[in-house]
Amino acid sequence: MTHYLLSVHSVEGEARDPMTEEEMRQFMERVGVLEGEMKSAGAWVFGGALHDPDTATVARVSDSEVLTTDGPFAESKEHLGGFYIIEAEDLDAALAWASKTTAAVSKPIEVRPFRHVSEA
Amino acid sequence: MGDVAAAGKLDEAEVGRIFREESGRSVAALIRVFGDIDVAQDAVQDAFAVAVRKWTGDGLPPNPGAWITTTARNRAIDRLRRESRGRELLGEVAVLSPGNNDPGGPHEEGPVQDDRLRLIFTCCHPALSTEAQVALTLRLLGGASTKEVARSFLVTEPAMAQRLARAKHKIKAARIPYRVPEEHELPDRLRPLLAVVYLVYNTGLTSTTDPDLCPEAIRLARILATLMPDETEVAGLLALLLLTESRRASRTRPDGSLVLLGEQDRRRWDRALIKEGQAIVRQCLRRNQPGAYQLQAAINAVHADATTLEQTDWPQIVALYDQLLAVAATPVVALNRAIAISEVQGAAAGLALVDELDLDNYHPFHATRADLLRRLGRNGDAAAAYERAAALSPTDAERDFLKQGGRGSRWANPTTHLLERSRPAAGMEPL
Repeated sequence: MTHYLLSVHSVEGEARDPMTEEEMRQFMERVGVLEGEMKSAGAWVFGGALHDPDTATVARVSDSEVLTTDGPFAESKEHLGGFYIIEAEDLDAALAWASKTTAAVSKPIEVRPFRHVSEA
Repeated sequence: MGDVAAAGKLDEAEVGRIFREESGRSVAALIRVFGDIDVAQDAVQDAFAVAVRKWTGDGLPPNPGAWITTTARNRAIDRLRRESRGRELLGEVAVLSPGNNDPGGPHEEGPVQDDRLRLIFTCCHPALSTEAQVALTLRLLGGASTKEVARSFLVTEPAMAQRLARAKHKIKAARIPYRVPEEHELPDRLRPLLAVVYLVYNTGLTSTTDPDLCPEAIRLARILATLMPDETEVAGLLALLLLTESRRASRTRPDGSLVLLGEQDRRRWDRALIKEGQAIVRQCLRRNQPGAYQLQAAINAVHADATTLEQTDWPQIVALYDQLLAVAATPVVALNRAIAISEVQGAAAGLALVDELDLDNYHPFHATRADLLRRLGRNGDAAAAYERAAALSPTDAERDFLKQGGRGSRWANPTTHLLERSRPAAGMEPL
C-alpha cells in the first residue's frame, strides 16, 4: 500500500460567486459522504480544509536564528485549499478517489505519492 | 521459429534483429517477476551481450524468446545477489521457487502470455504524458535503444535517457499498476494505447530518417490484435495501418516529395497488405461495433478497391465519413467529408462546407480550399490559399508540393484527425 496526498488547489481572486446557504449545505453533505466512504473503505488517513493563505505564518532559520514572518511562503496565485492523505493499493485506486473528490468539491485534485521510509 | 536459422551461424546484425523482436516479451515477463522495470531492462541487456557471443558461435537456440527470458532472469538474480537491496528484493520474488526456473521450458504459458499487454497498459497509462507513453512503448515493448527512441523524437540521447528515467521513476513512485484494466475501464484505457501505436506509425510515415517506425507500429498493432481479439477498434487500427502501409512506397518520389492518391501508381500498391486489411475490415463490419479506427480503415479499404481515382466509390466514402463524424465530430473529419462531398456533388458544395470550418492553422484546410477554388476557376483565391498552406506546412516535401500550386491535384487527409490535438499534421495523406 502507498500513501497519496490528494490536494485541492484554489486560485486566488478567481471570480466565483459566494455559495448560498443551500449550496454550502449541499457541498458539506457531498464532502461528508465522500469522507465517510473513504473511512469505511479503509483509505482515509487524514484530511481537512485550510483557512485562506493570509492566515499563514512562515518560520525559517537565518544565521542560526529562527525568523518568523507573515506568510504565505509561496508568492503564487494558487494555494493549497485543503487535502486528504489516503492509503491506496496503486495509482489507479488513488485516482478513483481523486475522481470522487473532484466531483464533490468541483476543483482540480493533484495526486502525489508519499515516499516510503526506505526511499527517503 | 528459428528452425531454419538454427543450422547456420548468425552475424551480429541478425542477432540484434531477432533480439529486438523477442526482447519486449522478455522485458514484460521479467517486470512481472521482479516488479521493477530497471532490473528487467538491465537483465535483458545483459542477456543480449551473452546472445551476441553465443548465437554468433553456436547458432540460434531452438526457442530464442525462452532463451532470452531464462538467461536474463539468471543474470538478474546474479546481479541482485551482489547488492544488499537486491537481496531484499529477491526475498520477495517467486523466481527462486523450484519449477519456475526451467531453461528451455515452454515459453510463457497461461496468464503469463498477457505480460506484454500488462506492460503496454502501464506504458500508456493516462497519468503519463503522450510523449512518455510513446517513448516507453518503443523502448520497452518495441525493443528500441534509447538512441533510436531519441532519433524518433529528434532529441539527443541524454535528453531522451532523462525523459525515460523520469517516466520510469513516476511509474515506480506513484505505483502505476502493472495489470490489464478491467472490462469497464477498457474503453478509456484503450484510447491512449491505440493513439500511441497510431502516433508511432504516423511518425514513421512523415519522417525521412525513421521509416522503421512504420513496420514497428504494425508489429505492435498485430501483438495487440492477437492479445485482445474481442476489441474491434484494435482490429480496426491494425487494418488502418495495413491499408495505409500498402501505399507507403508509392506516396513519395525518390526526392522525398509527395505523390497524391490520384497520381499514385496503383499497380505499386501492396496487394497482400490490402487483402489482409480488407479482410479485417469485413470482419469488423460483421461484428457491427463501429469506431473511429474501423471507419477510417473502411474508408481506406474503399480507396484500395478503386483502380483509378475516378472509379472510387465516393458515395460510399461520404457515407463512411457521415458515420465517422458521428463518432468523432472533429473539424478535420468534417474537412475530409467535405472533400468526399465535392466528388459527389461538385466543388461548390464542398467549398460551402469547408468554409464553415474553423481550421485556420491547419495547412490541409488551406490546401483543400485552394484545390476547390481552382476547380471553380477562382485562380487568384486559389493561389492565395496555396500560399497560406505552404507557409503552415510542417515538412519540406509538403511545402515544395504546395508551393507548386498542388500540381492541380486533389488533397485530403483521411488518417490524421485522431491526433489533432497532440500532433496537428502528422500522417498527412494527400488524396
